[in-house]
Amino acid sequence: MIIRGDEPEQIGLLKRLYPKGNYFMQGDEAIAYGALFAGCRFYAGYPITPASEIAETMARELPKLKGYYIQMEDEIGSIAAVVGASWTGLKSMTATSGPGFSLMQENLGYAVFTETPLVLVDVQRSGPSTGQATKGAQGDFFQARWGTHGDHPIIAVSPTSVEDSFWETIRAFNLSEKFRIPVILLADGIIGHTREQIRIPDPEEVEIVYRKLPANEEEAKYPFGDVHGDLIPPMPLFGNGYFTHVTGSTHKENGLRDVYTPEVHDRLVRRLHKKIEAHEKEIQKWEEYYTDDAEILLVSWGVSARPSLGAVIEARKKGIRAGLIVPKTVHPFPGKRIKELSKKAHTILVPEMNLGQMILEVQRFIREEVPVIGVNKIGGVPLTVEEILKEIESSAERSRHRSAD
Amino acid sequence: MAKQIYTKYEMAKYLRKEALPTALCPGCGGGTVLNAFANAIDQLKIDPRDLVVVSGIGCSAWIASPYFLADTLHTTHGRAIAFATGVKVGLPDKKVVVISGDGDLAGIGGNHLIHAARRNIDITVILVNNFIYGMTGGQVAPTTPFGAITTTTPYRNIEHPLKIAETVASAGASYVARWTTFHVYQLIESIKKALTVKGFSLVEVVSQCPVQFGRRNRMKTPAEMLRWFSKNSIPISKAKNMSPEELEGKIIIGEFVSREKPEFTEELNKLIDEVAQYHSLGGEDAD
Ligand SMILES: Cc1ncc(C[n+]2csc(CCOP(=O)(O)OP(=O)(O)O)c2C)c(N)n1
Ligand code: SF4
Repeated sequence: MIIRGDEPEQIGLLKRLYPKGNYFMQGDEAIAYGALFAGCRFYAGYPITPASEIAETMARELPKLKGYYIQMEDEIGSIAAVVGASWTGLKSMTATSGPGFSLMQENLGYAVFTETPLVLVDVQRSGPSTGQATKGAQGDFFQARWGTHGDHPIIAVSPTSVEDSFWETIRAFNLSEKFRIPVILLADGIIGHTREQIRIPDPEEVEIVYRKLPANEEEAKYPFGDVHGDLIPPMPLFGNGYFTHVTGSTHKENGLRDVYTPEVHDRLVRRLHKKIEAHEKEIQKWEEYYTDDAEILLVSWGVSARPSLGAVIEARKKGIRAGLIVPKTVHPFPGKRIKELSKKAHTILVPEMNLGQMILEVQRFIREEVPVIGVNKIGGVPLTVEEILKEIESSAERSRHRSAD
Repeated sequence: MAKQIYTKYEMAKYLRKEALPTALCPGCGGGTVLNAFANAIDQLKIDPRDLVVVSGIGCSAWIASPYFLADTLHTTHGRAIAFATGVKVGLPDKKVVVISGDGDLAGIGGNHLIHAARRNIDITVILVNNFIYGMTGGQVAPTTPFGAITTTTPYRNIEHPLKIAETVASAGASYVARWTTFHVYQLIESIKKALTVKGFSLVEVVSQCPVQFGRRNRMKTPAEMLRWFSKNSIPISKAKNMSPEELEGKIIIGEFVSREKPEFTEELNKLIDEVAQYHSLGGEDAD
């Protein structure tokens, strides 16, 4: 049996429909094309700015690849349909923004607990509530981590450019399929609506991961059992005669509900956490620039990572030893690496388009002696190179005074 | 003393033995619904391997999930039909059935219910209407009769009940029927019909919850509730000639609609074939 999107003719189709080469497109469109290359063949969503172009692109392109597009009645129904489709073996995705992301949280929790692979794109916009509906922001860092209730692991990745949106979407699908967990793509309205040149590769250049299926009837009896010792149960898909039972209540390895035995809940929730912790190396990804000797370390993500890099380059020209680390997997957070880098630094700056969210993760990991300072901007306008450079310069200045004392 | 589980009854072959006995109260109408559903599957000779049953949260949601031996998806409160929509698109050749309560499907999930009917997606919904939120302790539901006593309407219910079958019929479903747990044979026939109709079908089953509804409304025993259903049910043919005043507090039973119209997954696959065909002929280069 094959997971759909895996058929040999798909490669030929992708090549013919989207020939390798340079394209000029929006971040939202790049996310949609990334999904198509990753094998996504089911999309359900509800329109919202600034994510709607993802739906529009999927509605146009999916049928060409024999994939399904549905516009549901709301975001709650959208992610519900995506979970249902995923259990039939379709690689599935939904995309939304702020308020829609809030509506999806209950069923996101359902997907985590039932170990359902799917990709949920949140093109972050200004909030709270309807906020500045058309403006980008980075305010959903913790909604991605803790928006749904209960103890649970999650994976969230965040792209920094239009081309990166293509590749991070593919990575989101691969992580989701490999670890049987919903993966959140924390995009943002600014990159989502920015047009840039991107290179579309040959489909053969793209590494694609498909979920593990049960090898036999025996394995299929344990849809939530660690039958291979890697903490990732094979997924018995609906329609194969396995009589699989899937519930969002606490369940035993065979899928049947048991909400009364403390050990059953403990065993299940801990395995879900361990599943991610044990594979953290494969899940985490970050980029580093000029970090070898950085005294001022910038930690920045998504749309803010680009002016941050610009500011680091400008600072270097002025002889300031600044460096930058960009977490691409924002959850689980690459805190250990930041901790290592912080040992050489006298200041850490965290530029982001919110009033201080990822900075809390940074503070959680590094030693107390190093001051961690947020460079924050809200209002829907991205941080500029100059604004960040100013903070780097004043940090350099402060440290000169300190060493002079 | 260990509970004895009876598995001699022929329909027990359709049940997940390891999940028995059921958690439903003695005398709950849910058992009748499960029995009727199993009989319908049996009479139609549907292989349970060709079935996916989806349910939400509530006592009625447990009727088929986990107890019915098929692929079962037990979802969040109110969202069963939306989950089932994804399942049906992925498996258009399987029978996708939703069994859940009135609070679940018509209260919190009302939006999904009317839009699935409008879309006319080939899902069979068996909606168990017991007039109450049973699982959470008997609070008022969107179906609670005017004037009834519940734990959250201790003085009396001052809201008007939603007419589910009528609403879904006008939303565009292919097949809609309503019966009560007193009308078992008609119910089985209706479920059979709903399972064979291509398009969205709803069978509303008015069912007894003696524990949370009957007890507070002068019908302590399941038998009293069944007697109430029997006395107050009016066939739809007769109801057509009755005034709203005469119909007040009555249960209209029978088939509300049975019609053919384009079905969603079929139309979706047709569209995909057309688009894919156009592009395999190089249509893309032509423009
Ligand atoms: C989002 C959410 N809200 C509320 C609940 C609590 N809850 C569980 S079952 C239920 C009512 C079920 O009523 P109904 O569908 O009529 O089923 P019954 O138990 O009467 O068969 C409610 C409100 C929940 N589980 N999830
Ligand atoms: S509370 Fe009511 S609906 Fe729930 S199982 Fe008991 S009798 Fe049935």
